[in-house]
Amino acid sequence: MTDVSASAKPSRVSLLANPTRFLDLSGKVQPWLYAVALAAIAVGLSLGLTAPADYQQGSTVEIMFIHVPFAWLCMMIWTVMSVSALGTLVWRHPLADVSIKAAAPIGAVFTALALITGSIWGRPMWGTWWVWDARLTSVFVLFLMYLGLIALTRALEEPGKAARPAAILVLVGFVNIPIIKFSVDWWNTLHQPASVMRMDGPAMPAVYLTPLLVSAIGFTVLFFALHLTAMRTEILRRRVAALSRLAARRADA
Amino acid sequence: MQAEYSAFIASAYGISALAICGLLAWIFLDARAQRRALAALDAKGVRRRSAAGETAGGSGR
Repeated sequence: MTDVSASAKPSRVSLLANPTRFLDLSGKVQPWLYAVALAAIAVGLSLGLTAPADYQQGSTVEIMFIHVPFAWLCMMIWTVMSVSALGTLVWRHPLADVSIKAAAPIGAVFTALALITGSIWGRPMWGTWWVWDARLTSVFVLFLMYLGLIALTRALEEPGKAARPAAILVLVGFVNIPIIKFSVDWWNTLHQPASVMRMDGPAMPAVYLTPLLVSAIGFTVLFFALHLTAMRTEILRRRVAALSRLAARRADA
Repeated sequence: MQAEYSAFIASAYGISALAICGLLAWIFLDARAQRRALAALDAKGVRRRSAAGETAGGSGR
């Protein structure tokens, strides 16, 4: 792996660039992240499932306590990958590429779930499973971009070769994130406009806001826990590949 | 009136639980597979130069 010990005065971020140190640290943090995520999701969802039915949505409001966190995550994960892409292109951080490759499948799952749970809510509330309005379409495009990224990061045998094109795809794709966020303001959509992150504060009572926020925190922490595990695995996979090549060379000699 | 929505709510939660459990399983099985592959290489005496001094059969952590 890359040796950064030669660089003078390593910062905190570049200390983490040593994969062995990253494995040590992440191994210690990991179980706590899973525990916090599980606890927050359990509290958030049990508060949500015992909340009174909404005067308009009825009991389908319960779907919101998973749909909104998933929708938030699918945008946040692409943003995390965009920061990592800068890490690859600007600082050549050796873990930045590992971060993108590990995050992509997790992002794809949460995007799919945001679309599916939204669709299941839409059927009783809107009277349709799907409409091609700006919000739904832009999230669907995000889902396709996740799939493309997964294909790209796994297309080349040598992981370093896919790092730059993947980082560029992530940065170009980031244009879609503000489009998703503001689609409900810019276009006339069937999807409702923002009700949590608004200039004049959240537009919902605390009985819904509290479970929603707790559940969102829980799923966010769950993503970071899964991301850490997947990154650790990716580092090990690259070690296995390097060592297998080494063993093959020795066998030839 | 509320009961007519219960199938929608249950399927939304059910599909989500299924997908997230699948993701967890995939990520953990993959992690285990790589740890085992590394341990197998280590057992054959193939290890990183920096790990040459460590005891054999390390978990890869």
